Amino acid sequence: MKVLTFRKGIHPKEFKELTEHKPIEKLPTPKEVFIPLQQHIGSPAKAVVQKGEEVKAGQIIGESTGFISSYIHASINGKVKTIDTFLHPLGLSTQTVHITSSEEANPLVTDSDTKSWESLSKEDIISIIEKSGIVGLGGATFPTHVKLKPPKDKPIDTFILNGCECEPYLTADHRMMLDFTDKVVQGVLIITRTLGVKKAYIGIENNKPDAIEKMSKATSKIPEIEVVALKTKYPQGAEKMLIKAVLDRTVPAGGLPMDVGVVVNNVGTALAIYEAVVENKPLIERVVTVTGNGIKEPKNLLIPIGTKLKDVIDYCGGLTGDNIKVIMGGPMMGITIGSLEVPVIKGTSGILCLKDGKNFAETVYPCIGCGSCTRVCPMNLLPTKLARLSEKGMWEMANKMGILNCIECGSCAYVCPSHIPLVQHIKVGKFMVNQLKK
Amino acid sequence: MEGKKTNKLEEKILYLSPSPHVKSGESVPRIMWTVVITLMPATIMGVYFFGIRALWVILVSIATAVITEASIQLMRRKKITVYNGSAVITGLLLALCLPPSIPYYAVIIGTFFGIAVGKHAFGGLGYNIFNPALIGRAFLQASFPVKMTTWTPTLLQQKCVDAVTTATPLGLFKFEKVTTPYVDLLWGNVGGCIGETCAIAIIAGGIILLVLRYADWRIPLSYLGTVAILGGIFWLINPEQYPDPLFHLLAGGLMLGAFFMATDMVTSPSTPLGSWIFGIGAGTLLIIIRLFGGLPEGVMYSIILMNSVTPLINMFTRPKILGEKK
Repeated sequence: MKVLTFRKGIHPKEFKELTEHKPIEKLPTPKEVFIPLQQHIGSPAKAVVQKGEEVKAGQIIGESTGFISSYIHASINGKVKTIDTFLHPLGLSTQTVHITSSEEANPLVTDSDTKSWESLSKEDIISIIEKSGIVGLGGATFPTHVKLKPPKDKPIDTFILNGCECEPYLTADHRMMLDFTDKVVQGVLIITRTLGVKKAYIGIENNKPDAIEKMSKATSKIPEIEVVALKTKYPQGAEKMLIKAVLDRTVPAGGLPMDVGVVVNNVGTALAIYEAVVENKPLIERVVTVTGNGIKEPKNLLIPIGTKLKDVIDYCGGLTGDNIKVIMGGPMMGITIGSLEVPVIKGTSGILCLKDGKNFAETVYPCIGCGSCTRVCPMNLLPTKLARLSEKGMWEMANKMGILNCIECGSCAYVCPSHIPLVQHIKVGKFMVNQLKK
Repeated sequence: MEGKKTNKLEEKILYLSPSPHVKSGESVPRIMWTVVITLMPATIMGVYFFGIRALWVILVSIATAVITEASIQLMRRKKITVYNGSAVITGLLLALCLPPSIPYYAVIIGTFFGIAVGKHAFGGLGYNIFNPALIGRAFLQASFPVKMTTWTPTLLQQKCVDAVTTATPLGLFKFEKVTTPYVDLLWGNVGGCIGETCAIAIIAGGIILLVLRYADWRIPLSYLGTVAILGGIFWLINPEQYPDPLFHLLAGGLMLGAFFMATDMVTSPSTPLGSWIFGIGAGTLLIIIRLFGGLPEGVMYSIILMNSVTPLINMFTRPKILGEKK
């Protein structure tokens, strides 16, 4: 099989061996969950339950409030204790529904009747996906139903399932492809038919030969789906890099995949779509890799949305070692968490616990112009220049130099010998440029 | 009231930091000290050929560089960063491109000028426009023109010929049309600056730098390549008047300059295309100075001049953003 890739990028150490051979386990139903009404890009959902109300797992508790918004569901059976602002992993100040579990252990899914989806119309499928609160589970959390009905002037001809999982440590997508192979493949078929495209690719990095093999076997009789092996290189899973590698198409600067006729979805999203359409199960739980040298027993866990990190970490034997850093997401793009009270949300692909934080505080040197960041930037930007412009508040110049094209993959900061927090500076710059554009 | 909050999880401080949370392990000190190590072959050969006095010149220069940098940082109430090795490189590099007979006071003056004016006047590491070692050398060339062009024969040569002074291979050719055997040039048994004579030692260290990617290979390749091609053209036109390309490459300070000075990360372009332009420009300037200038050697000025246009080169060679239409 030919191995495809993109230009530039980096090769960080993977550390996937901690969890890649551990099948997905189900976390026991937690005693309480905190479900934020904003877990997606777009406008927050509106609460439709009252304090004190009994709710069932899968019941809608927050309603979509706009074109780009999403539904939120209860993830356990129980009682709404409060609806108030609460800690949010992204630091958002948003309403959160606090549900305490009812005494008896509760099965998560109420309606287990499966149905065939082939007879459903496109509109029906998209409506189910919307009502099921499905958003991009790779971490971007863009509402999936919006992606599946692109504007008329952007004809789509190809769907790509993103099975790269290029972040070190994370193995959730990998395990989903192994443990739920057929469901993922069915999910791809649902998306493909809904989009009305003739061709679908499943892109998998070649550090997961077992997934490539299993997915290839499962799709061998489906002519429109093709599994492609991609070189293990970060950030292979970034949409634009993935499209470049698989189709050799370049998304225009400032554009979206649909500008080159492509829709990309994550493995977890495909699985969620299958479960929603065929099993009537909305997005109330997700697979999360709990890993790192700071946790006793690394695991791949199926976790109800809204479960506190503390409960997850307790289940994995607790934190071990000193100077711990807890990261939501992968080590390259994830964000550090200041309190274990924050809940798992739809975009949580990993909980990474790293110990021995002394080396976290690295000495920062001035930029010595080594050019390493330029050599690895997959978007062909000049990261150190953009960071410096941002630091100096030269937003207009930063905009001209293409700061908004940064995908925040962190490759530049990974290689920087001066340990300059390049991504942080650039994020600030992007925020300011966007503010000024308004 | 209950005193302590009970928590199933032991209270642990969670650290916060911006992403990414894993790093390559590369660091400025590691780069700098590696450069120092890769300069060791040339340094050792310099001491071998020019004796213990050469070693003293090197030590005086390094000590002056480190003390100057530390004092300036102390005076400006900045963090003292001499441990990162960059001052040591400047001191060492400057010493390697000085004649072995240079008086110690001149070494001190030159190094002080290089560090104080060439580096810290611009804001210190990372902000200087010119290679500090070359600024120090240019200052000495202007201040002590005779002392900077008085050459001693190597210890080996002294065994055969009884002479106090000699000329460099470039000087011999320019003023007397005498050629030097290639073996002597490669091996370094010729008059010249302390660390520039042994081409083999310089190339050995330089290649390590290139392999580790601590120097951009495009710069030495385009610099040396341009010198060879342009030098070759003139040699073909008139072999009597102009030296052959191999002589150009091996004689004088070109090897040291191409591998260790032109490649200085701070003062050379940071884009691939920029590196090519930098090397070709420096090579062209070198040939012009060597063949048509008043001096036999032009490495220093060719690099300094290209340093001055590096910010401009960086600006005009910005790579095209992925998906950008021009």
